[in-house]
Parts: sequence; structure tokens; C-alpha cells
Amino acid sequence: MNNVTELVSGRGEWLKTRETDDGIVISSRIRLARNLCGFPFLNRCSESERSEIQSLVMTALNGSELAKDYFYVELENLGPLEKELLVERHLISRQHANTEGPRGVALLADETVSIMVNEEDHLRMQVLGGGFQLDKIWQRLNCLDDQLENRLEFAYHEQFGYLTACPTNVGTGIRVSVMMHLPALKITGEIERVFRAARDMRLAVRGLYGEGTEATGDFYQISNQCTLGKTEEEIVEDFRSTVVPRISDYELRARELLRREKPALVEDKVWRAIGMLKYARTINTQETLTLLSYIRLGLNMGLINDVDIETINDLFLSSQPAHLQIISAKRMDSDLRSKLRAEFIRRRLCDHQNN
Amino acid sequence: MLCQKCKKHAATVHLTEIINNEKQEKHLCEQCAAMDGITGSIGHVPIKGHVQQIMAKFVMSQPEVKETSQLTCDECGMTFLQFRNGGLLGCPNDYEAFKTPLAGLLEKAHEGRTQHVGKIPGGRENKHKRQHAMMRLTRELQDAVDLEDYERAANLRDQIKGLERQ
Ligand SMILES: [Zn+2]
Ligand SMILES: [Zn+2]
Repeated sequence: MNNVTELVSGRGEWLKTRETDDGIVISSRIRLARNLCGFPFLNRCSESERSEIQSLVMTALNGSELAKDYFYVELENLGPLEKELLVERHLISRQHANTEGPRGVALLADETVSIMVNEEDHLRMQVLGGGFQLDKIWQRLNCLDDQLENRLEFAYHEQFGYLTACPTNVGTGIRVSVMMHLPALKITGEIERVFRAARDMRLAVRGLYGEGTEATGDFYQISNQCTLGKTEEEIVEDFRSTVVPRISDYELRARELLRREKPALVEDKVWRAIGMLKYARTINTQETLTLLSYIRLGLNMGLINDVDIETINDLFLSSQPAHLQIISAKRMDSDLRSKLRAEFIRRRLCDHQNN
Repeated sequence: MLCQKCKKHAATVHLTEIINNEKQEKHLCEQCAAMDGITGSIGHVPIKGHVQQIMAKFVMSQPEVKETSQLTCDECGMTFLQFRNGGLLGCPNDYEAFKTPLAGLLEKAHEGRTQHVGKIPGGRENKHKRQHAMMRLTRELQDAVDLEDYERAANLRDQIKGLERQ
């Protein structure tokens, strides 16, 4: 096992939930885009310029607070499955995995920090945390940015701020995003409220959901689009005091409504999900997502307590294709993966109960 | 429901995106979703397509198109037309080189705002001026070396050293 494949046996810090959380925000992330001056943006960089950027960044990292703890992964040295693993764990983007040339990612073993080098911009630094904790994340990222800035010269313009390859990121280069779990709004048919709110607040939304009219698997990533003409703190504060409380409130009300008016409906969904995952003999990723979502809802509504939420959070990650193949140390087609996935989940859920 | 892309397999992956206030739904089979990089997971992914959407709606008049598509950055050689087609700029200087046509686009992308008010790199107010000079000098140096104009190259090297010392 190397540094990368070892990640499967760890549990990213951000998967842990905190006591104070209502479980609606699964994770919070902030990233900054930066480019080094004296170099063109990546689409105009030669191989040697890319290598030079990589070594400049590593030198800067070696002088930062991360020096002792980070490890750098050159993507050119990784096999396809290992790259896929990093994508599944959200440490690199798919684009970063699929393009070519000298590029990589600096990581902390607890997976809270990832710095992609030579993605769309020279640097894409992200800090990730479990639950809703944007202030803390911003402080950490800001501090990391300062430290790198002392050692690197970032492209900056008096009017446009930090210059990025895509003009939609220019200015602060900040992208704040929260991953929200909104199954009750889907069941009550009110998810449109979230879309309307997002439009009002000019946010981007990306939602993934399962099959059927009463579908679930309802995870919505909500992020800012405007990066110029607002301070980083204003953008973070919008999320902290407006965006997240407003959407969380919709979901909490929907959960209350279900508890009051259709308790049997929700309980049935939750228990069926547990039953399916404990007894299924073959299952695809989509169905897994749907069922895990119900179990998560059941836990957060206090309907069940015989599974812990960290196990469920972890299963979202480890039931993905590259994870399964690395855990079992062999390549498998999708039928075989579905069989192994069912087995893997069953074992994790039953193990837990026997403890 | 059939997969929107291959129209063969059943759609099992359902995605709703709102980008730039436009809602889009995607219904794909597992294979097509995987090819598009959509996995059944709970991770944060980059929001793509934002600039393309703005660009598509960004209609310029004919004379304007003619004029701006010929704009070229003298530091990296990028033309405005190439940017329009690809959506990505070639170097930091493009923000100056394409300042006029970019203005409208930046306004649309950033709620009408055009002036950065966020973080300023610590203690280096003048660095942004230096960075432009540095790129131009490096490029000129390369040209001088290519043309075997060693006197000029030596001169440029001195200027670069001077800038670095500042
Ligand atoms: Zn398909
Ligand atoms: Zn340029």
C-alpha cells in the first residue's frame, strides 16, 4: 500500500459529524484559485513550465505549516484506479485526473486539505470539514494562503484581484460550497423552494437524486457564483447567516411535517432501506445512495439508533467503484462490483450490530 | 425513462443543476453518467459551464465582433476569438489585453460588480505592475536569444535582475 491506497482504510476527518450538527449539512468546503505570476495560465504552459510550477509550489509548501504533514502525489505516477480513488474521495477533480502533463495534489492524511497543482489554475487549494463549519475552514484556508503567498508571487491586478484562467473565478478566487442532505423536502414535494431560494440568492445548485416520484438520495451542493466585488468574509457570511439557515429551515419544517402527518411513511422507508441493505445480494451505486440517504434521514430524525452516522457517511464513499476494487485488490466489472458492494455493506451494517 | 444520452439504457442517475439561474435536468444511465464524471456520491464538484452559459447569451454587434476577435495578447499570443471558443484565458495579461470585451462578461458573471474588494497580497502594492513587466521582459529575452541579439539579451537580463531585487 502507498500513501494513496492507504486512504481507503482511513476515515476522512470531514466524515465525522459533530454533536451540534442537525446533520443537514454533510460537509463544508472552501477553495481558492491562484496563479503564479511570470507564467502563462495552464492552457498556454509548456511541459517544462508545468514542472517548474510544481517544484515552486512544493518548495513553498516545505516552508509552510504543512511542511511536516503533507504528502505530494504526482498524478503522472499513478495508475487509473488510484486516480479514480482520489476523485471518489473528492481530493482531486475528475478533470485533474483525466488531463495530462506534470500535475499533482498535495494532501494531508486526514483529508482536510488538498492543493491541486496545475488543474485549471496553477493552484486550487481547498479545505474541507464535516458538518457546517465555514468560519473555521475559512480561517484555516486564509492562513494557508498567506503562508504560500509569502513564498510565491500570485498573479494579482488592482482592479480584478487575483487573476484566474476563467473570468468567472476572478477577484477573490473563492468558491464556498456546502453539501446538504434534503430528503424530507423531496418527499413532501417542496424541493422547488430550494431552487427558488438559490435563484434569489444567485447561487449554483447541483442536486443528485434517485429513482421515482418519491425519490431520495437527495444531496444538494450549493455554491456561490460571484467572486468579484465582494470580500471573502462577505461571501462566507452570506452562507453562514442566510443561505444555510434558510434552506435548513425548509428541511427541518418538512421533517416536522412528516413526523406529524406521515410518521408511518418515513419509518417504513427507513426500515425498508435497512432491510434492503442488510439482505441484498447485488446492488448498484445509485440504489445504494438512495437507501443510505433514507437511513441517514432516520438517524437524524431519531427514528433509529442501531447504526452510527459515521458508518453511513463512510459507506457513501467506500461503496464507490474504485474503493471496492482497491479494498478487494482486484479489477472487477460492474456486475461483480454490485455483488461485492452488497456483501461489503451487509458486513459493515451487521458487524456494527454485533458490537 | 430512457437515458438522454445513449437512448438505450434506463436512466438511473438524475441530476438537477442551477447555474446562472438556469435550471437543467439530466437523466442518464450509469455508464453515460460515469463518462460525464457524475458518480453516485456526496462530494463537492466544480461547477462547470458557467462561463459558457454567460458567453452564449453574450451577444455582440457585428462590428464589435470583428474588432474584438482580432485582439491579441502580446505576452502569450492568445486571441479574443480563441478565448471565446475555449472559455479560458491564456495569461494574466489577457485581463488587460481584452479589457474592453471582458468588461461586459465580468459584469454578467459577478452581479454587475467590476472592482475587487477582497484580499490584497500582503505588503506588495506595486507587485502587480512588476509582474506585467516581468512577463514582457522574459518574453523579449526569449526573442532576443532566438535572434542571437546577445547585447540586447544581456541588457534585458539586467533589467529582469533589477526587477527581482525590488
Ligand atoms: Zn446512457
Ligand atoms: Zn496573454
